[in-house]
Amino acid sequence: MGELNVSDSKNCWSKNEMVDQVIEMLNDGSSLNLGIGIPTLVAQRIPPEKGIWIHSENGVLGVAGRPTPESVSATLINAGKETISVKKGASFFDSAMSFGMIRGGHIDVCVLGGMQVDAEGSLANWMIPGKKVTGMGGAMDLVHGAKLVIVMLTHFSKRGEVKLMHRCSLPLTGKRVVHKVVTDLGVFTPEGAAFQIERLAPGVTEEQLGMSDSLISY
Amino acid sequence: MTSKVFKDAEAALFDMKDGVSVMSGGFGLCGIPENSILEIRRLGLKNLHAISNNIGNSGRGLAWLLKEKQISRATCSYVGGNPDLEAQMLANEVEVTLVPQGTFSERIRAAGMGIRGFYTPAGHGTEIAEGKESRTFDIPCLLELPLAADFAIIKAQKGDAYGNLWFQETARNFSPLMAMAARVTIVEVDECVDVGEI
Repeated sequence: MGELNVSDSKNCWSKNEMVDQVIEMLNDGSSLNLGIGIPTLVAQRIPPEKGIWIHSENGVLGVAGRPTPESVSATLINAGKETISVKKGASFFDSAMSFGMIRGGHIDVCVLGGMQVDAEGSLANWMIPGKKVTGMGGAMDLVHGAKLVIVMLTHFSKRGEVKLMHRCSLPLTGKRVVHKVVTDLGVFTPEGAAFQIERLAPGVTEEQLGMSDSLISY
Repeated sequence: MTSKVFKDAEAALFDMKDGVSVMSGGFGLCGIPENSILEIRRLGLKNLHAISNNIGNSGRGLAWLLKEKQISRATCSYVGGNPDLEAQMLANEVEVTLVPQGTFSERIRAAGMGIRGFYTPAGHGTEIAEGKESRTFDIPCLLELPLAADFAIIKAQKGDAYGNLWFQETARNFSPLMAMAARVTIVEVDECVDVGEI
């Protein structure tokens, strides 16, 4: 399996280049929730002129990225428990209001990490039975609440297994909920039976994706 | 009216007993009631049902009670960053109920607001839907029930003798919801201000 893993090759996108793929999908002025891990990098690369409002489910709308040494506050964090800064006009609220914003459809886009995503648009990202439990946190609410659900993940696991599959084998976070998938090799749309390839990183070929023909729609 | 202001956590937690359910505010370690948790540890209370988003983090907060085996049940949404909880969960030493965070906060809100149940799509099509009533509106949803507790321990940056509270930035999170969902709420404040200042 190891030789299938091309994520180390120079052709794949860096994390920042993956983030830029996500940023291209955002309409100016939209509200955006960012999951723990790679998605939090999005906050630091969004051009301010896009006027995006970043929501963090622990109770803040208007996240601006990392704090300065002067502005850092122990009571000002994001969902990844990192200290943050906020932009002018940011607001704070309790967790029920925060998830009301999510469940009620007031958050336009959410970006989550994932362990597996499948062609039906189902996502698994909260546990590996008997081995690892991270918990779902807000992910099960987010995947049903946001209008556009984007999953960011490395194309291959450390063991060289493709994370894009026909059916997730791990416990689901949500069924048929994902709209776009960004990996270090490309951007994909789950279409039910297979994934549509939206674009590939420069120099990456379909053969390098490690996906069978039946998993790619033409 | 008897004053409800206590000089410290030892005085305030006088009637907490083994086996009670305790909601604890905070997200990760932000906005957690540290002094109340340390007092529960000092009292050596056992067989507690802890209800909190994280049940501690990085060995701190409610993880202090996990280390002393004081928690037998936990209801939470997230285990990541809490090795004590993950280890005790996988070893079946603590009975953990994982709840999607929006459902967790709304169940607590519902208990405080007198709402007897609500439908939400979170968790539909996943293993947390097992045993739950489902109903399709515009989309399939699960029936979720209120989550109440015997005690809530929370932290606010300011409070007064009437129980008015002020939370700084993201330190609010679950605390005001828990304050309404528990039979007894104990709040620790950085500053106890005169009535009328908040």
